[in-house]
Amino acid sequence: MTDILKVLQVSKNFVKPIDIASKVVNMFGNFYNQEVVHAVDNVSFNVTSGEVVGVVGESGCGKSTLGRMIAGILPLTSGKLDFHDQHYSGFDEGNYKHNSHIDLKIQMIFQDPFSSLNPRQKIIDIISEAPIHHKLISKKDKKYFVKDILNKVGLGTDAMDRFPHQFSGGQRQRIGIARALAVSPEFIVCDESIAALDVSIQAQVINLFLKLRQDLNLTYLFISHDIGVIQHIADRVVVMYLGQIVETASSDEIFSHPNHPYTKALLQGVPTLDTKKKIYTPIKGEIPSPINPPSGCYFHPRCKFSTNKCITDKPSYKEVSPNHFSACHLNS
Amino acid sequence: MLNTDSNSKNINVFMYKFWSDFSESKVAVISLLILIAIVLIAIFAPLISLSDPYDLSKVSIMDSRLPPMAKNFAGDIFILGTDGAGRDMLSAIFYGLRVSLGVGVMSAIFALIIGTIFGISAAFFGGKYETFIMRIVDIQLSFPSILMALIILAAFGKGIEKTIIALVLVQWAYYARTARAAALVERSKEYVEAAQCLALGNKKIMFNHILPNCMPSLIVVGTLQTAHAISLEATLSFLGLGLPITEPSLGLLIGNGFQYMHTGDFWISIFPGVALLITIVSINLVGDQLRDMYNPRLKK
Repeated sequence: MTDILKVLQVSKNFVKPIDIASKVVNMFGNFYNQEVVHAVDNVSFNVTSGEVVGVVGESGCGKSTLGRMIAGILPLTSGKLDFHDQHYSGFDEGNYKHNSHIDLKIQMIFQDPFSSLNPRQKIIDIISEAPIHHKLISKKDKKYFVKDILNKVGLGTDAMDRFPHQFSGGQRQRIGIARALAVSPEFIVCDESIAALDVSIQAQVINLFLKLRQDLNLTYLFISHDIGVIQHIADRVVVMYLGQIVETASSDEIFSHPNHPYTKALLQGVPTLDTKKKIYTPIKGEIPSPINPPSGCYFHPRCKFSTNKCITDKPSYKEVSPNHFSACHLNS
Repeated sequence: MLNTDSNSKNINVFMYKFWSDFSESKVAVISLLILIAIVLIAIFAPLISLSDPYDLSKVSIMDSRLPPMAKNFAGDIFILGTDGAGRDMLSAIFYGLRVSLGVGVMSAIFALIIGTIFGISAAFFGGKYETFIMRIVDIQLSFPSILMALIILAAFGKGIEKTIIALVLVQWAYYARTARAAALVERSKEYVEAAQCLALGNKKIMFNHILPNCMPSLIVVGTLQTAHAISLEATLSFLGLGLPITEPSLGLLIGNGFQYMHTGDFWISIFPGVALLITIVSINLVGDQLRDMYNPRLKK
């Protein structure tokens, strides 16, 4: 199995620039500093061809930012992204470079099925616009092409001439999937793609994802806050906290032997079908501000096992068992 | 076959919805009917006028300043009287509407195009470009538009195309600001990100995706600004700038009659003034109803 995507030390900072008034005040001393949000901080991992990688974490941990950088929507602040060992986004000699040939091979499926389709385009145009623009198909073939794609995602051909507002949430999500598939991608980033759907529809869409993966040999990066969904669909799981990866392992391994205290706490919050009464203890405290992250291990203010070392030193990201990496001082 | 059926059905549904929302206000419906009548009069002015007021061979100085409903020696009736040069006021108003509406609509269309391009691109690219464009807009909007137009016309001189240029330069900023505000909302929606992901190119994203979704608010501003352009042009012509005497708009007709006001020959100024008033009020009422229709907070 070859690595289809390599994420190498990727970071994304959002900077709130200081205005002119503050700059003038700063002439008399340093009163105002630029506020920098480290949304994604030095993240590296590989994705093997054909696998489903799940990314989990609380809201605000940088999952979506990471997904948007991989999909080529957001530029990186530093680091680089390789697709089939070819750089497509990142820095060469200090300049941001973007290789648009690879753009189409990586597509994204969005969270909100209502705002992700242009309300003034018909379904046939939504799906066929990009392939016609990139000359993958000719204009006169578009009807057959769209018919074929709609069948693949389980929609009837009568959907073609309608507008997005005439469909339900689940159907719209299928249209979003059809739009992504129209440019024959190899890699799909699903950013909370099923979070906005009913539970019954979620199952249908997940099964559609799995079927398409087999039929079209797709690789997925599946971003979700729903650990149950990740357990069902993912081969490998990446756990993120405050812009950093805290633990990576295969899906079976992480759910049977979670290593990092944060992962353990997340897994405890998963509802189960046990009839026994279960007490849910939320992780104490709020997720800290990414503008001023805590010292040492970012998780220490909320961790049950934190020691003095956690406050001062940053834990290293180590292999605790084969292909199971974790960043915690408890391992040393 | 099926394709065209559902297509026309969609358009019909849309038109039905539009009309049922619009006709909620009786005032707006009446204004729209008046406006349609005014536009038809303006378009067919040469056909429905009793005489061509600018054909010198047909105008006699003997008929000057006749009161409304008066007859001349030849037996022609002048319903709204005649002006100082003996022209039929009703015909002059029909021709004046043609010029006023033409200048107003032309300048509104050009201002809409220019303002929309700058506004949408400012919202799309952001950064220094946006700051630059929007500061120009701010500076321009801080001057009274009549003052700006006066300065521009004083520099350029009279003429129909120069008046249009002046009105466009004054008004593009309103469209730019509206287009930017609408485009900023659309830009943050996920369908724009999807289009970026599909590498459709900036031009296509701006004009095929963002622009159609900004159209409702631009149409509203366009309607209201057309009325503004007409009144601005009338003011300029009244003041003797703006349009030349050979192409008299309503403003110029009002200005021509102004000198006779004290002698009791009121009709030369009043009737063009009433025509201008009806035009502007009906456009404004239609525009107000359009604005209310697209304001989600007023939706029941």
